[in-house]
Amino acid sequence: MNQTATGPDRIAAELAADLDAGFAALFEAHQHVLFSTALRICGGWADAEDLTATAFLRAFRALSGYDRERIAALRTRPWLLTILLNAWRNQVRTAARQPRVVLDAEPPEPEAHGASVEAQAERHETSRELAALLDLLPDRQRVAVVLRHVADLPIAEVASVLGCPPGTAKSHVSRGLRRLRELKAARVRPDDPALNTEGVKVS
Amino acid sequence: MTSDHDPLLAGLAAMAVPAPGRLLDKVAARWTRVPGPAGDVYVATTDLGVAYLRTAGTAEEFTGLFRARFGRPLLPASRPPAGLLTALRTGRAGRVALDLRDLTPFAASVLAAAMTVPRGETRPYGWIARQAGRPRAVRAAASALAENPVPLLIPCHRIVQADGIAGGYVFGTPSKEALLRHEGANLDEVRDLAAAGTRYLASDTTGIVCFPSCRNARRITPAHRRGFASLAAAGRSGFRPCLHCQP
Repeated sequence: MNQTATGPDRIAAELAADLDAGFAALFEAHQHVLFSTALRICGGWADAEDLTATAFLRAFRALSGYDRERIAALRTRPWLLTILLNAWRNQVRTAARQPRVVLDAEPPEPEAHGASVEAQAERHETSRELAALLDLLPDRQRVAVVLRHVADLPIAEVASVLGCPPGTAKSHVSRGLRRLRELKAARVRPDDPALNTEGVKVS
Repeated sequence: MTSDHDPLLAGLAAMAVPAPGRLLDKVAARWTRVPGPAGDVYVATTDLGVAYLRTAGTAEEFTGLFRARFGRPLLPASRPPAGLLTALRTGRAGRVALDLRDLTPFAASVLAAAMTVPRGETRPYGWIARQAGRPRAVRAAASALAENPVPLLIPCHRIVQADGIAGGYVFGTPSKEALLRHEGANLDEVRDLAAAGTRYLASDTTGIVCFPSCRNARRITPAHRRGFASLAAAGRSGFRPCLHCQP
């Protein structure tokens, strides 16, 4: 996450030198951002794992067909996130065509260690509420907010992943945040027509 | 960023989580170089099991072959998968998990049938096509064996021509012959019998007919040994097929 959007990409240089060893570095550098993004856009822990693995595998297959110059010119983080989002859209499309059984018993998300039990519980509660609210956003705003504020990407990279000008990306993010604040405020009023008390869409 | 003072932004930032530790194994395979029955072999293993085995050239060559076939990154392994060394020494895959997910259903059933042939025995190509459910697809079965991703672990070298000629092998015909002799298969005897028109051996004490490489056929004493050119001829003489080698 400490990589700038415009500077030379160290990982791309490693990939250009040795695809397999470079891939290990690519994975090491970007796995957390990809997984966090996957978790927030597809919701479940297992689905996020599969989606992240699929994205890295597709990235490797694409890299196998690229020449050295093309690899060296890559900005790896936005490139990987673009692959992740494309893979997710494909999955959503396929799932819409062949609906599958959804299991209720999604295993609980493992907790981050280090924090006290109460802090963890509180953080988990906040995360769950926020995750439920995020799910209510239109896809474009949700993805923009996740990329900017969960994955912590600079606006230029968000724009590159969304394939739009930076100004447009910025407005997706700020509209998404505004909507989240409205939903958060509405969540404490149980008579809001769009929400029930759990902050979950009624329809 | 001003997330320190904005609970919403702080909440969003807190949703960034570390990826689970096992994630890399879902993507990348691992390679290792280990001794095989005839020189070193390179072995690639995924989270499901051993996916690829080839005789040693260089690590780069092996990585290139693996990438061309599987489209997966290949990283060095810290140690060989459990049971691999034993499996290579004994010629029985045993406890070694195999990753065969990329095979067609037919290739999978051909290789599953090849796995049932014990060390020291051989079966003809026609037999394996029949076991795989397509008795007329002998050539297709031979191709599936030639494409075996894990030779030695799936003993495709134990499938030979009905006349006892070793036939093609992913590591070359001489390796195939050497492996079979090393395992104690009676290649020469099968070949001599075939040259004299005998493809099956029967025992007149048990009334059972076998492939000549079957361990039951090799126990028949010369006085009680009967040769047949076809299973039908053996059947007409009142012999029933062996349950072990299933001719």
